[in-house]
Amino acid sequence: MKPPAFEYLAPTSIEAAVAALGGEEAKVLAGGQSLVPMMNFRLLAPSLLVDISRIPGLDDIREDDDGLRIGAMTKHHQVETSHLMQKHFPIVTATMAHVAHLAIRNRGTIGGSLCHGDPAAEWPGLALLLNAQLKTTRRVIPAGDFYEGALATDLADDEILTEIQLPSLAPGTGWGFEEMARRSGDFALAAVGATVHLSGDTVAEARIVAIGAHETPLRLTTAEGLLKDRASIAAVAVAAMDEVSPNSDLHGSADYRRHLVGVLTRRALTAAWERAA
Amino acid sequence: MRYLEAGKKHTVRFTLNGRVVEGDGEPRLLLSDFLRQTLGAFGTHVGCEHGSCGACTIQVDGKAVRSCLLYAVQVEGKTLNTVESLATPDGLNDLQAAMQKHHGLQCGFCTPGILMSLTQLRADEPDADEARIRDVLSGHICRCTGYDGIVKAALDVFGKV
Repeated sequence: MKPPAFEYLAPTSIEAAVAALGGEEAKVLAGGQSLVPMMNFRLLAPSLLVDISRIPGLDDIREDDDGLRIGAMTKHHQVETSHLMQKHFPIVTATMAHVAHLAIRNRGTIGGSLCHGDPAAEWPGLALLLNAQLKTTRRVIPAGDFYEGALATDLADDEILTEIQLPSLAPGTGWGFEEMARRSGDFALAAVGATVHLSGDTVAEARIVAIGAHETPLRLTTAEGLLKDRASIAAVAVAAMDEVSPNSDLHGSADYRRHLVGVLTRRALTAAWERAA
Repeated sequence: MRYLEAGKKHTVRFTLNGRVVEGDGEPRLLLSDFLRQTLGAFGTHVGCEHGSCGACTIQVDGKAVRSCLLYAVQVEGKTLNTVESLATPDGLNDLQAAMQKHHGLQCGFCTPGILMSLTQLRADEPDADEARIRDVLSGHICRCTGYDGIVKAALDVFGKV
């Protein structure tokens, strides 16, 4: 449970951090709440850690005309207690309660969770659901293009995520986020997030995302289409089960996770519908 | 820009329980081990060493964190508090005394970490209710008490009894 030896660099500018990366054996150290346990288990053995926590200006939440901009080093606990977040994205505030425990949320970062890319983690799913734009040291990547597989992103070796842009939701958008985990704070066996925007009694816009049920967070586009075509929530939930391809492991079979996706889709959509104005 | 070579010891300095302390360690040295083995501060306990059990929870800059998920070199210049910061010259502080009164511990292995999380909860959310207290305690594994005494102790200190 002790990590292998590594060099440690704590740059104070993003340029210096980028310059230090690029070698295959270098890793960015953000909050370290996923990287350090993996190193303690010796699942990872980077030769260089670039600690970006001393770079100023990467950990605030700001509002602009397009929505919110969240620095990549913002901690889960900061998000959970942010009035701006509660006002504009109450789904994010509510979902933070599912992210591990207080001490992990105090230290773990949004950017770190997104770049780690655990398919059962909340942030990758939230980013996809809310159509987040992920700003890096090189470009802006839509959340839908960010993941290539489990724990694999489109980021280059010497590219650092710096900011998450959350575009404003249409006024009156309803939301729901439902998760099932074995214990409080565990990774999700499965979770489903949904946003619904109504126009009169028709669905103008709906997004449904499942996590823990595929190798990446997954938009359930068939289910979304059915909802817009006025299918019942029960029918949409059945369609959602057919869209995911979960794995079996010690904690739950693929069939059980698929079943959960149906149940959680129904609950998340019901909540979103009730909240939609 | 601080660069520390692998496999060599480097001096780390920070404020621990109100005193500036320093010691030498390799970059790979966990903060939990630095506290216990380098500084001899044995109040912080080490359990799982991957962030799950909560035993090693301390505070960095007023926030509860797992000291097994930090390298000592990361806290250079920071302000740390461990369970040793809680007692007053007169003895146990109120939270510690409540743990004793309500049988919130048996073997005591998980207790330092629990105290540090509850200390942050009290500072940040003095009105926390039982559900919130239980939510915070869910980040700590206790195999003796069944948590009931710990919850009662916290409720007592939070004025909910």
